[in-house]
Amino acid sequence: MLTLEKLSAGYGRMRILHEVDLHVGAGELVALVGANGAGKTTTLRSICGQLPPQAGRIVFDGGDTAGRRPDVLVRDGLVHVPEDRALFGTLTVEENLRMGAWTASAEDTTTRLEQVYDLFPILAERRGQVAQTFSGGQQQMLAIGRALMAGPRMLLLDEPSTGLAPKLTWTMLDAVREIRDTGVSVLLVEQNAKQALAIADRAYVMESGSIVLSGGGGELADDERVRKAYLGL
Amino acid sequence: MTATIDTDAPETRAPSATLAVLKRAGVVGALVAVAIAVALVQSGSGIVVWQSVVTGLLTGGLYGLIAMGLTLIFGVLDIVNFAHGALLAVAMFISFGVVQATGLHPYLTMLVTVPALFLVGVLVHRGLLSGSGGATLENQLLITLGLSLLLENGLLLFFGAEPKNVGLPGETHLDVFGAVVAGSRLYAFAGAVALGLALYWMLQHTGLGTAIRAVASNGPGAELVGINVRRIHTLTFAIGAACAGAAAALAVPLLSVTPTLGEQFNITAFVVVVLGGMGNVVGALVGGLLIGLVEQLTTIYLDGQSSLLGVFVVFVLVLFLRPQGLFGRRT
Ligand SMILES: Nc1ncnc2c1ncn2[C@@H]1O[C@H](COP(=O)(O)OP(=O)(O)OP(=O)(O)O)[C@@H](O)[C@H]1O
Ligand SMILES: [Mg+2]
Repeated sequence: MLTLEKLSAGYGRMRILHEVDLHVGAGELVALVGANGAGKTTTLRSICGQLPPQAGRIVFDGGDTAGRRPDVLVRDGLVHVPEDRALFGTLTVEENLRMGAWTASAEDTTTRLEQVYDLFPILAERRGQVAQTFSGGQQQMLAIGRALMAGPRMLLLDEPSTGLAPKLTWTMLDAVREIRDTGVSVLLVEQNAKQALAIADRAYVMESGSIVLSGGGGELADDERVRKAYLGL
Repeated sequence: MTATIDTDAPETRAPSATLAVLKRAGVVGALVAVAIAVALVQSGSGIVVWQSVVTGLLTGGLYGLIAMGLTLIFGVLDIVNFAHGALLAVAMFISFGVVQATGLHPYLTMLVTVPALFLVGVLVHRGLLSGSGGATLENQLLITLGLSLLLENGLLLFFGAEPKNVGLPGETHLDVFGAVVAGSRLYAFAGAVALGLALYWMLQHTGLGTAIRAVASNGPGAELVGINVRRIHTLTFAIGAACAGAAAALAVPLLSVTPTLGEQFNITAFVVVVLGGMGNVVGALVGGLLIGLVEQLTTIYLDGQSSLLGVFVVFVLVLFLRPQGLFGRRT
């Protein structure tokens, strides 16, 4: 579904990512974990078209994404939920969701709206409320719900559990797993490595802009280096 | 990372925001009432004040429509379009020219001025503003100011400085509870308010309108849902310009058409935009009515002084007391 081939990227002339190789298969849930400032967000920003690569290739669904803006990639089925959620704060919940389906037909919008309300019932309860009055957890649900409205084949999620109470973190990650089970490929970025590794099919560990480890989710969770560096064990 | 700790949403915030707006509307209403009362004392004539109030509000409707275009462009693109007044002048000359050439009813020239200004808006945005040249605030300022000079001088070159007049066929004067009002003024007001409300309805209830508000609210977010943000910017700029086009056709029977007529409107519209809250479309309409009123009351207070004086006083007061405008930023 998605392959990064020796991807290098950064801001201005500064290089943050160094020849990153990464693969997400169709229907796979892959985690990308790493410490603060490792370059996880930069990776997602490159994939979604916000940040053009300095070198290397990003192949989505068989095609090089070079030169495609985020709005074009959304039409191709690649949807990014950024770290800051980027919600439309002055719009209502329902308006946010409907905008999520900007590229979709009217029928698809209606069905997906029902699906999102089923997945996150709190959104249905507050459909008329303005998004900026939401708490962190509700904003995160709305951000993921809005992304699902586009009918993505692949989702990029940047730290969906940030700012959530521990109880809600699991609700959120369960939702992510449910989304994967509907056939959507997911690349999940988390600082919270323990939980991410627990739900991922496979995972990559990033350090200072390079992939230093990769393997099955459970396998990495048992890895001595990962346990020391990221799980605090 | 700004982690918000999850608690229940402060549901109370939404109603209290409405309450705050109502409260401010109440304060504004009270201030207006006081201003009118003072004018009554000053002039000693109820009919004079009533005439001013009616004239002020009617003129203010047009200010509102013009300012709506300006505030929409600001709210969505973060551009203060200093060429807005010049665009208005261009539209007035188009209207004048069409009436001269075809004998069309002045109001019907809207069928020409609105599409024409829409097109001009598209060209200006695509040609001058959306490229890398229009990236910084200073550049946008220079570009729109430069365009304004260019348009004014272009009009001067083609039409000369001599004022042009377009009469309203079948002009009548109506009695509004004692105040005498030219039909042209009343129709212009009705048209401006109707168009302003239509624009507001479009923004609130159509897909395109919601997308425009989405881009205003979060540009990067809009791109991430598949909205072509540059196209929405162009459309918004064009709609803003088209507002000037509509206002021109409504106002052309009321004014002498000169190449520099936009300058005064520029100032007035800018004050209205700040008063209503930069980017707030409804605020612009309400602000327009208030500024129209202030202009007329100023002439009562200061007996024949420039009506702009009162507008400036209000402007300075707003900047000091409530720089975010009466109704806050953006809708
Ligand atoms: N807009 C920017 N301009 C310049 N440097 C940036 C920018 N954004 C991020 N960086 C730098 O790039 C590096 C990687 O940042 P990135 O946000 O990708 O890390 P991250 O792994 O997502 O970290 P976190 O877990 O804190 O979100 C950091 O050193 C950061 O300072
Ligand atoms: Mg990050």
